[in-house]
Formats: sequence, C-alpha cells, structure tokens
Amino acid sequence: MATSAAIIQRERVQVKKNFIRGDSLLPAGIVTTFLSVIVLLPLAAVAARAFTGGTFWTEAFASDALASLRLSLVASICVALVNAVAGTLIAWVLVRDDFWGKPLVNALIDLPFALPTIVAGLTLVALYGPNSPVHIDVAYTQAAVYLALLFVTLPFVVRSVQPVLMELDREMEEAAASLGAGILQTYRRIIFPTILPALISGVALGFARSIGEFGSVVLISGNIPFKTEVASVHVFGQIESGDIAGAATVSVILLALSSAVLLALNALQRRGLRHGG
Amino acid sequence: MTRFAQRAAFLAALVASSAALGLASRPASADNSVQLALVAYSTPQEAYADLIKAFQATPAGSNVTFTQSYGASGEQSRNVVAGMSADIVAFSLEPDITKLVTAGLVPADWNKDKFHGMVTDSVVVFVVRKGNPKRVRAWADLIKPGMDVIAPNPFTSGGARWNVMAAYGAMLKRGASPNYAIAYLSKLFDHISVQDKSGRESLQTFLSGKGDVMLAYENEAILAQRNGAAVDYIVPDQTILIENPIAVVSGSAHQQQARAFVDFLRTPQAQAIFAAHGYRPVARKVPTSVRFPQPHTLFDIGFLGGWQMVQTRFFDPQNGEVAQIERALGVAGGH
Repeated sequence: MATSAAIIQRERVQVKKNFIRGDSLLPAGIVTTFLSVIVLLPLAAVAARAFTGGTFWTEAFASDALASLRLSLVASICVALVNAVAGTLIAWVLVRDDFWGKPLVNALIDLPFALPTIVAGLTLVALYGPNSPVHIDVAYTQAAVYLALLFVTLPFVVRSVQPVLMELDREMEEAAASLGAGILQTYRRIIFPTILPALISGVALGFARSIGEFGSVVLISGNIPFKTEVASVHVFGQIESGDIAGAATVSVILLALSSAVLLALNALQRRGLRHGG
Repeated sequence: MTRFAQRAAFLAALVASSAALGLASRPASADNSVQLALVAYSTPQEAYADLIKAFQATPAGSNVTFTQSYGASGEQSRNVVAGMSADIVAFSLEPDITKLVTAGLVPADWNKDKFHGMVTDSVVVFVVRKGNPKRVRAWADLIKPGMDVIAPNPFTSGGARWNVMAAYGAMLKRGASPNYAIAYLSKLFDHISVQDKSGRESLQTFLSGKGDVMLAYENEAILAQRNGAAVDYIVPDQTILIENPIAVVSGSAHQQQARAFVDFLRTPQAQAIFAAHGYRPVARKVPTSVRFPQPHTLFDIGFLGGWQMVQTRFFDPQNGEVAQIERALGVAGGH
C-alpha cells in the first residue's frame, strides 16, 4: 500500500516534469479525443455491428465472401511488392538523375491522388478496355484489378522514399566506394538500410489503400463473384441487399487482415531502424 | 506560420463560414412559398428537371420550389430511413418504398390509388450493337455459345433485379417449369462477363465496346440512342413490366403541395414529359410521339409472386436462388 502511494507521488512528479518539458497531458488528451472520435469509435461500431446477431462465422466463411477477400488480399500484397521496387526506382531517378522535364514528372507522381478514383476507373477502361487505342485489353479480368490498384497506390512509396534519398549523405557512398565496395555492396550496406524504414511505411500505406479500394476497381474489374469481385465491391453488394451484418463482418475481416500486415511491417520497420541506426 | 498569418487565416475562415451560413438561411423566395424535398433514384433526373418546371407553371405549383436529391434507389431509401428529410420519394422499385413503410415514414396505403402507387412504367429489353450483328431476338439467343452478355449486378443494384425476373418470368411464360427457368438463369449468369454495380455503368461498359448484348430498361436504351450511341434495342416477346413507385412521406410538413405534385405527375401533360424521356406512361391517352412497341406477352412482378416473395426467394444474399447460382458458377469456374 505504501508503495502505491509512492507510485502516485512519482507519477505526480513525472506529470509535472512532462508539463515543464512540454509534453503535458493536454496534447495527449486532445490526441486521444481526436483519435477516438475520428478513428476508434467508427471502427469499434463496425466491429460491434459484425458481432451482434451471432452470424459472424457463417458470414465470414460464406464462399463468395472468402473468394472476394482472397482476391483483395493477394492483389494488395502483389501490388505492394511491385510498388516497393518500382516506387524506389522512380524515387531514385527523381533524386539522382537530371533530365529535361523532371519537375513535371515529379508533379505527375501525385496526380493519382488528386483524381477521383471513379474517374481513374473510367479512364483505365477507356485506355485498356475493348476499344483500347494502345491495343491492350485487360478490362474485366483480374489483371484489371492489379492495374487499377497500381495506378492509385503509385505515389505512396515514391513519396516516402524520395525525401530520405535526398537527405542521404553521398560522402558515405563515396567512402564505401573508396574502401572497395562495389555498387551492389554499397546499395546493400549503405543505401538500402537507410531507406528501408521509409520504404516499409510507403509499402504499408499502399497496401492499406489497396485492400479497401473501391472506386477505381468497381468499373474496370467486371465484379463477377468468385472471379473479379474484390472485397469492397462484395461489401457494397451486401449493403445494397440489406445484409448490413454481413457487410460489417467482411469489413472487420478486411480490417483484421490489414492490421496484421501493418503490424508485421511495423515490426520490420523497427528492426530496420535498430540495425540502420 | 506567424501569429499575424494565423489570425488572418482564422478571420478569413470565420468570414467565409458566416457568409455560407447567411446564404443557407436566407429563404428561397417569397414569403408564402413552400419548399419540397424530392428524394429520387438517379435515372429520371433529367425528366424531373422538366417536370418541375412544368409543375411550377401550373396554379398549384406556382409557389412551390424544390430541393432535389438523386442517387442509387436503395441508397436513397436507406438515407430517408436514416433521417434524410424528404417530402416526396421516387424509387426504381417497390421494395425501396416498402422499407419506408416498415420504418413508419410512408403510410401503408400509399399504393391504394388507381395507379397502384406507380408513376412510370418501362420494360426490360435487349440492347445490341447497331444492326444487331449477332441476331439477338429471344431469350434463348442470350445463352448461345460465345454470347457475351452485360448486365448490372442484382446484389449491388436493386433495379438490376428487374432484368433477372424478366428472364425468369419469360421462361415460365414460354411454358417452362420453375426448375428449367432456374437452369436458364444459371446459364445466363454464366454468359454475363461484366456485372457493373448499376445500370448506368453497364451501359458505359457496353458503349465502351464490351459485350454482344446488354439487359437494360427500355427508357435507358431510348436515352442511349437519343445521345447518339450506335445501338439498337429489341423488346423480347416475353418481358416484365417495370413499375417505378412514388409516394408522399407522412411526416412531410407540406402534405397538400407534395400531394399536388404527385397528382400532377400522373396528368397526361406530365406523363407526356416522362414519355419524351423514354418512360412508358402509367396514365391513358397520353399524347406522345415516342413509339412503345407492345410485347407479345407482358407480365408484372405479381405474376412471380410479388416483390416480397421474390426478394427472399431470389435475392437473399445467403440463400437466394441467384446467390446460389453465382456460388455454383464460382466453384465450377475453379477459382
């Protein structure tokens, strides 16, 4: 009992110290309230809706729900991996190379964010559909799902990695080269560890965006159950059919899958930071 | 940001928001005017623009203004249940009004007038490429080998259910057993290569060059042709009569004016405007130049047991016939 009083006393001192240092309870309170209202409460409400009614497991294991979840998950992982490579490459070119029109290309990277996703979908159908002017017809196939996701997630990795590459000290690379390191070795030992945390956070953002993406996919995928219907479109169908509990269930599974991947990436990032630092 | 800049930004925001509030709270027009909220599905939006103008030119509508909201029928219905204010609701199919009846927002006797609560009709047709190169004439042609069919997804689009029920009912009318009709639906879904989330998007898909034939409402086909699309449409020998309902919301503060608008919509004058937009009139003796061919066999949803039965039997997302067909096809497809 005496110890608890001591703990309280210590906490008070700590609070005082924190207050003086500037990280008082006030900002913490604001952050907590904000996060609760904007993120936690809505997510909790979805979860609560999924578990009321006791149909969670039948809904979760409905074959069409599973098929759509599988497509969303696999496509999102593949797209995240492609982005990891292509995004880093683009960031590298934008930071290290000089070419005519570079500011334009740099500005272009963000445009997929600015375009309403439904317009992105419409444009992709026009470009890569049956009347493709470039003779690439992938619309209404699974390939179209990947294409749409790649389009809307392009900026994440580029914009995460780019500032880190800009800050990267070239003298370190020169030092590595003068010590006899080859290009690959320099990349593996110097550059990669430095950009890894940023790369992972970019990949994570892209993944999270892909797994719930709706607007750009719905027009180009064809939405055939078991073939080209992604989870978000399946959820939309459940809502339109009045199956709100089913929609909440699939959404909760989406959230769980996303959190699992995001937590794993987070752990990887911390390890990367430890090793890099 | 400097302190000055912060203050300037704050002031600017304050001025902007109070200006917005001021605009919003100003009454729309003269003192005795009444504002009605029309909540409708999106397809007849252009028709309503003309209809409201015509109504306002009549004595009953001279002091009535409208706020209009358009969206997917099911979504609009859910919005009203969730509290969106509405005086008049117009949806693409009856179950969306039934939801409001269940929620106590529309009186149970809403369809006890001589139009059974309906304001427009249409039929399910086949939209084909100009000249009908694949020679699509009848329902049986849709399941011929290699036929690529486009139709909206009946789970994301309530209106798409008209198409499915047209196909099913057509089989029954041709003397097939219910089992055969279900088997036909299964074959039909196997030929559908794109299930867009709404009828409009299906039309987009078809116009982008995908598919040989598309299941659509006649009014959409007429609209597409009028917009210069290179398509023809065929009214099959057996098809369903699409009926679009309208109702006055019981909580409306302007019952009388809302009622007057709905009554106006059933006058020959208003029905002619609907007809000009491709809808079949519900009233008789409507002067129109649009030709609506009479199908050999026309049936309504009542022939199939009514919406309530159809919804559970065919479109329950877990156990409905259509859900089961999609599942069987998905498993057979090896995915």
